[in-house]
Amino acid sequence: MTGRARFAFTALAFGYAFLYLPIALVIVYSFNESRLVTVWAGFSTKWWEALMHNEAMLDAAWLSLRIALASATLATLLGLAAGYALDRVPRFTGRTLFASLVIAPMVMPEVVMGISMLLLFVGSDQLLGGPARGFLTITVAHVTFSLAFVAIVVQARLADFDRTLEEAAMDLGATPRTTFLTVTLPLIAPALVSGWLLAFTLSLDDLILTQFVSGAQSQTLPMRVYSSVRLGVDPQINVLATIVIAIAASALVLSAWLTRSSVDKRP
Amino acid sequence: MSDPIVKLEGVSKRFGAVTAVAGVDLEIARGELFALLGGSGCGKTTLLRLLAGFETPDSGRIVIDGQDMTGVPAYLRPVNMMFQSYALFPHLDVAGNVAYGLKREGAGKAEIAERVAEALALVKLENLGARRPSQLSGGQRQRVALARALVKRPKLLLLDEPLAALDRKLREGTRFEMVRLQEQLGLTFVVVTHDQEEAMSMASRLAVMKDGSIVQIGTPHEIYERPATRFVADFIGVANILQTAPHQWLALRPEKIVLAGSRPPTAHAATGKVVDIAYEGDRSLFRVAIDNGPVMLVATMNVARNSDGAWRRGDTVWLGWADDAGQVLDE
Amino acid sequence: MRLVIALPFLWLGVFFLLPLVLVLGLSLGTNAPDLAPPVELGVSFASFRLLFTDDLYLAAWLSSLRIAATSTLVTLLLGYPMAYAIARAQPRRRPMLLMLVVLPFWTSFLIRVYAWMGLLAENGILNQVLRATGLVADPGTILGTEWAVHLGIVYAYLPFMVLPLYVTLEKLDWSLLEAASDLGARPLAAFLTVTLPLSLPGIVAGCLLVFIPAVGEFVIPDLLGGTRTLMIGKVLWDEFFTNSDWPLASAVAICLLALLVGPILIFQRHQERSLERI
Repeated sequence: MTGRARFAFTALAFGYAFLYLPIALVIVYSFNESRLVTVWAGFSTKWWEALMHNEAMLDAAWLSLRIALASATLATLLGLAAGYALDRVPRFTGRTLFASLVIAPMVMPEVVMGISMLLLFVGSDQLLGGPARGFLTITVAHVTFSLAFVAIVVQARLADFDRTLEEAAMDLGATPRTTFLTVTLPLIAPALVSGWLLAFTLSLDDLILTQFVSGAQSQTLPMRVYSSVRLGVDPQINVLATIVIAIAASALVLSAWLTRSSVDKRP
Repeated sequence: MSDPIVKLEGVSKRFGAVTAVAGVDLEIARGELFALLGGSGCGKTTLLRLLAGFETPDSGRIVIDGQDMTGVPAYLRPVNMMFQSYALFPHLDVAGNVAYGLKREGAGKAEIAERVAEALALVKLENLGARRPSQLSGGQRQRVALARALVKRPKLLLLDEPLAALDRKLREGTRFEMVRLQEQLGLTFVVVTHDQEEAMSMASRLAVMKDGSIVQIGTPHEIYERPATRFVADFIGVANILQTAPHQWLALRPEKIVLAGSRPPTAHAATGKVVDIAYEGDRSLFRVAIDNGPVMLVATMNVARNSDGAWRRGDTVWLGWADDAGQVLDE
Repeated sequence: MRLVIALPFLWLGVFFLLPLVLVLGLSLGTNAPDLAPPVELGVSFASFRLLFTDDLYLAAWLSSLRIAATSTLVTLLLGYPMAYAIARAQPRRRPMLLMLVVLPFWTSFLIRVYAWMGLLAENGILNQVLRATGLVADPGTILGTEWAVHLGIVYAYLPFMVLPLYVTLEKLDWSLLEAASDLGARPLAAFLTVTLPLSLPGIVAGCLLVFIPAVGEFVIPDLLGGTRTLMIGKVLWDEFFTNSDWPLASAVAICLLALLVGPILIFQRHQERSLERI
């Protein structure tokens, strides 16, 4: 038994090293005096200063943030509805179709989704004269695909949920609606927060879908990063990466802390 | 004991700061149905797992059928276990489960089929070979687990709380079946249980464990009538433990006491008031508060149908017992 | 309750299903560079014919499937022991171990792929290390080759493999392994006959979660693969943005969808069943 455990733990250590080595290098080189990743020329924060003054990047970051906030919130609401419907209603007309539609965006290649949504917006442009491609269209696109992730998280949490608590509430006089708001919702809240954070991250990071449905004026952060890295390694991108990693790490720690303290209380 | 099938010499096992088994010496004879009895945390399950090979002792020797098996892993021991949860493979059907151990031995298809059929017939599950464990009842699953362990004809069969998951009615029938099977096959069984009634009715010999050590070994009769310590007297069945002198007690079983309206002609007697009567159908258990003494438990068999119980709560009664009715203990 | 179902249903119908129908419609159109949008609607299978007859496209299909399949296999080989180790670790350590696997996923995908650009470049860290240790005299450049693309896919999708595997392995009844050992199975035999079959649901989920999106990957072959690597996602992109051949790009999308609809349905049914079991 120990031989096998040792092999597995070695694989785990190797896996972690594999996962974190590139990230570590990017962080280190964000402080590199030299432009090149191949040569270490001394510690410097000049690229950090450069990024802080990079108007284009900052604008793009702001846009991405706004889109992420909007799409995450809307996706969480719709995902909650979808996950709840799939868990609680065992049979309804079109259920199979519905279930497929909910989960398909999660695995479908983004290029397919991208081209299809662009066609939709082009079509609506022709027929209805709008909306212009930008904030709105990008948000709609993001909601569509992150909805799937939230629905999965919600469904998993509901499957684990102790229904007798809802029965107890109704026994004590609560209507189904009140029961949902005062019993179910508070108890699945951590899952909703996780779902929201997931949708937020996915939106912030999305490139392909965004590239298809954005307009000339709207450049999100990933789009800027992409056009920059196509030309090669860019130290400002290293700095950006470090910031993103730091934010992601703290968000994850926060999320883990939230879910851990609620797991103890979980029915 | 000459030529025991199991010999444990000074076996100890620690888990971190907790000593699960503390220097146990034990010999089990061939063909015995041996029980390890004790409360939770007494070390009986650890001892069983040490025999099975899932744990290695920190010190001591484990000898099975004359061979030192102390460091030998489970898959190389001629020992098989029936798990408390049955541990049936959900991805195999009943026949596949029973055949699993034979396949590991490299037996041929024909031989496997024959022995599997034989084992299933032994536990009376002949036609259920194609079913999945999830399609069986608890009692049926238990029999599959038993068949799976028996089909390999192990020298030693270990059973971890075999009757714990069964409901009462099933338990009695299964208990009888197991004893019958053991005698028929002539195997040595080691049963771990916390249920003293189970241990007493099944085992030919049993060991009472506490805090990692064996407190007493003996036949059920010996353990019951001649407990070695107050702990054993109290753990097995019901006993009145009366202190007779500093560091001396008398363990008196309720059924050894006579209940009478007037002073009985026994060597010892006491009088008191009936505090409670627990009518259990076949017998009644009386709580009697002795004048200037402790509360004593007395049991009488309800041998006459129409007697309707001669005693009521609050009645004054006399208790009597013989000189040798109880066991003298100094522990 | 009906509203609860209707709202997401409607959203997905309008913003997911309808667009796909439009793509289908467009794939049957003809390229009309002078119009805006550059499409003449009709029913023409010219785009599809091109896709199935032209050597370049066929090569792109095949290499996409090949690269996705091999990458999925490698991800499985690396991810399985990782998930196993976490599932076997002490319960209080597991959340942290999992978090460490998931954290890179929460970091930008783009940036993680970009990180490999620096690593694999001509004078990148990898080559520097290889030259310094004398392991390989002339490593050549990995960046811009299929190796880099494989590496990128494994790297980016590893968390997607580890998580479903972990979920399945964590639920495993370890006493089954003890029973197998008790019945004479050596550790390897016990793994192959008990652990592996019982972890199959996780393996299926993980492989689908990696393979399906990997087939249509764009960013990784674009940034790490260079011009020599042909993947169908890139083809779609180029047809649409570079060549402005919308019908052809739509046809690629439809074919990709047709290819993946089977695996997607399998995945969806698999998800439903795994939730039922809980």
